[in-house]
Amino acid sequence: MAALAPLSTYALRLGDDALILGQRLSEWCGHAPTIEVDLSLANLALDLIGQATHFLGVAGDADKLAFHRDALDFSNCLLVEQPNGDFAQTMARQFLFSTFQELHLHALASSKDERFAAIAAKAVKEVAYHRQLSSDWVVRLGDGTEESRARMTAGLDWMWRFVDELFQMDELEAKLAKGGAGVDKSELRAEWDRRVDAVLAEATLARPASRRPVLGGRRGHHTEHLGPLLSQMQFLQRAYPGAVW
Amino acid sequence: MQDWPLWEVFIRAKGGLSHRHAGSVHAADAKMALEHARDTYTRRMEGVSLWVIPSAQIISSDPADAGPLFEPAEDKIYRHPTFYSIPDHIKHI
Repeated sequence: MAALAPLSTYALRLGDDALILGQRLSEWCGHAPTIEVDLSLANLALDLIGQATHFLGVAGDADKLAFHRDALDFSNCLLVEQPNGDFAQTMARQFLFSTFQELHLHALASSKDERFAAIAAKAVKEVAYHRQLSSDWVVRLGDGTEESRARMTAGLDWMWRFVDELFQMDELEAKLAKGGAGVDKSELRAEWDRRVDAVLAEATLARPASRRPVLGGRRGHHTEHLGPLLSQMQFLQRAYPGAVW
Repeated sequence: MQDWPLWEVFIRAKGGLSHRHAGSVHAADAKMALEHARDTYTRRMEGVSLWVIPSAQIISSDPADAGPLFEPAEDKIYRHPTFYSIPDHIKHI
């Protein structure tokens, strides 16, 4: 892929995060424990895919970017591509990401770039609900039965090594943050810790032990889980390029 | 999940209107019931406010009593204010 302008690269990262998590969540469609939970998860997925459409639209042709790139060209963080696992693992991932995404979008709503500011201002309301919904599930399962507690503990444990990447800054994003278009994500960490710890305390869960962080998503170095996700998401446009309905 | 109780959902479509019954959801607790109501019944801008009430808390009339309860009203059409003639110059009534 040809090199993109810094703002486009940033938009691509934001869009890829939303797109991949949206696709992941949509895998639950028709499989959730109840019809109500099925709708909750589908709503979350659709919110995220809507956000992806906006951000990828800033980076270029959203459909082309979503359906005609290979894994190496995706710049989403590793957390969002992690498998759904059981419902607790899905909610653990959602809780960690939505808490981050809400802080990120809240700051981005003051971006000097009007497009970023407008998308973020709309999306942050959606994500505030995602954070609320997933936090409630973390508490409910964590402070639930022995089995639900074990599953939520395992889910958080699985996801925890991908947390540090959320706040990682590189030269490109640092420059954008300095210029007022982007956000210094490293500054969000303290508030994220505070919010996550508050929910974990309510859930009577211990914070997972620190592990060596896994990094690389922003540079296209993905876990083995992204490929199968893309092959499913992109199948139709790869097999029938330009197909519409 | 089979043992999640049922909750009745009421939606206020816009300010000034009363909440109206929209349907029901299953949920383990009140918070979840509100979230499920939001996700199930307000996806298409149906409302600005939600109520959820445990279905078990609703006291309903016994269908077997419908005769004594409701039929006596059937022949009391004078309870409708339709026997008054309204002067032509009175509008909006």
